[in-house]
Amino acid sequence: MTAARYLGPAKGIAFFAILASLPSFNIAHWVLNIAVFTLMYAVMSSSWNLVGGFAGYPSLGHAAFFGIGAYGTALWFQHHAITSGYEPFELLPLIGILAALLGLPVAMIAMRTRSDVFAIVTITLLFVTQTLAFNLRSLTHGAQGLSIAVAPFSARTYERPFYYVLLLLLALAMGISLGAMRSKLGLSLAAVRADEDKARGIGVRTFGVKLLSFSISVGLTAMVGGIWAYYEGFIYPQFAIDPLVTIAIVLMTFLGGRATLWGPVLGAFILETAQQTLAYSLGGSQFYLIAYAMVFLLVMLLMPRGIVPSIQAGLRRRRRKAAVDAAGSQGNAADTKDRGVRSTLSTVKGSA
Amino acid sequence: MHALIQGIILGVLTAGVYALMASGQTLIFGIMKVVNLAQGAMVILGAYLSYQLFTSFGIDPLLSIPLTTIAMFVLGVAVEVLFLRPLRREDRSELSLLVTFAVALLLEGIMSVTWKTTVRSTNTGYANSSWTVFGYQITLVRLWAFLLSIAALGVLYLLLNRTRFGRAIRATVQNPESARLLGVEASRVSALGFGLGAATAAAAGSVYGLLYPFNSGSHYDLISRLLSIVLLGGLGSIGGAVVGALVVSTSSAIVASAISPSWSEMTFFVILLLVLLIRPQGLFGTTARGAI
Repeated sequence: MTAARYLGPAKGIAFFAILASLPSFNIAHWVLNIAVFTLMYAVMSSSWNLVGGFAGYPSLGHAAFFGIGAYGTALWFQHHAITSGYEPFELLPLIGILAALLGLPVAMIAMRTRSDVFAIVTITLLFVTQTLAFNLRSLTHGAQGLSIAVAPFSARTYERPFYYVLLLLLALAMGISLGAMRSKLGLSLAAVRADEDKARGIGVRTFGVKLLSFSISVGLTAMVGGIWAYYEGFIYPQFAIDPLVTIAIVLMTFLGGRATLWGPVLGAFILETAQQTLAYSLGGSQFYLIAYAMVFLLVMLLMPRGIVPSIQAGLRRRRRKAAVDAAGSQGNAADTKDRGVRSTLSTVKGSA
Repeated sequence: MHALIQGIILGVLTAGVYALMASGQTLIFGIMKVVNLAQGAMVILGAYLSYQLFTSFGIDPLLSIPLTTIAMFVLGVAVEVLFLRPLRREDRSELSLLVTFAVALLLEGIMSVTWKTTVRSTNTGYANSSWTVFGYQITLVRLWAFLLSIAALGVLYLLLNRTRFGRAIRATVQNPESARLLGVEASRVSALGFGLGAATAAAAGSVYGLLYPFNSGSHYDLISRLLSIVLLGGLGSIGGAVVGALVVSTSSAIVASAISPSWSEMTFFVILLLVLLIRPQGLFGTTARGAI
């Protein structure tokens, strides 16, 4: 029992220790590049999970906040110089807080609807934001896009600062998820997911917890957008606010397992690396889209509940079986009786 | 004033084709409670099919509609049986969003492999002829498109209101449980209903190809418009889809002619958000089934 209690923290420490030591192995740039993108998606699906998983509100508008973060960073550094190279990272908390505040009125409108209608309303918001990015030319330069000064990091270790900041952000996102799971907030969100009307009836502050989870979630997403803009150096409306980003986040969370701590991270690690590899090997050609869609469909049809919940269910089943076996070896009479029933069942099945 | 009326004429004429697409989508939602994100891709596939029939065999898109609708009906039934039926009931509404999006990506991939990503359009002989009525320009092709869409909507109406199959569909939309108790086989209605939605997408696609240039990526624009139309009208209501199409396409045509085409997209999103603020269930929607 005591061993099981330390398993969770041990897993977390080991996970972050391995990831933190990864860049010091002098691995190739393209691998570290994939790792940076994987971490971005891991943070975003972890934070999407707060709304889409715990509260059961499948937002398809998160890419809008990703874009807002990206444009926030890009716009700030149109007017401010980057000297040490770390200023865009120092700006991130501010961007996160502003996006979270912006998320409040959005959630107030959108969260009047539920499930699939909520999904559509949020994806509509995404298209509104994209149109704004295209049309507010004096601010965003429209389709021309914006550029940010290249970070003055040495070429040999260029990816490392981005990598470590993202790792920190992942720890933050997972910490918030863990905190939510262990607190009244998580319980309230689970009640909202199960039956919102009943939850409100018994006194859960459904409106408040929904708003809180949405605004934390989009705040974290916007921070990733800020890092992304700085990493890429160039942003365009169609890539900064991209429905495919939203879909990728959702798919990763579904693959790993909604409303679990490790599910979204696992999903991101599997899918983003797979996607990058597919894009490398089938690069450019449109077969990449077909391959991605096939993977997508297979995941949804074979593992609708996600990897982590499936494994947990499997473990539970094995543990229960082990318990039954242990009980069975103590009383042989029960065992033979059980076997008798089973053989009768099989003969019934055979004759039918 | 002239620009305004011209915008309204244009908007009403274009509304037909959007009403057709949206009625298929709202029908699918009504029957299965599935928001079909592949509807736009199916429309574009329909447009490609009639484009291909026109360029290889010279069959006018207006005549090829029966062929493309039958082909797409079969495709729609296949999609329902292969991808939507296996989903478990309790998480169907969320998962079906993702599954239909994956179908949209799959169709987009197949279309861009088959027809490349260059922009195509179906150029018939009458594409550029137009009439001038009281100083307002009406292009022949838009009028045709409008009449054709109305005709297709009429066929859909008759199918739903005058046939046994239509009665089964309407019963399922109103109350799935009672419909099942009265002997309507839900799985068959779902498959055929999805096929019917795909068939309307095919008909709309043939018309769409006449009106606008398209490529495999065009379905993103379409789906965002379609979603706002069906939400505006109320999910599951075909009459609502027609009204929604009218509102969306006239308002965007007016904004395009009075202000700037680049803001026309924005207009109906704003209208949609305002409507949802006052009536979350849409203009003609019902609050049933926990969607709101």
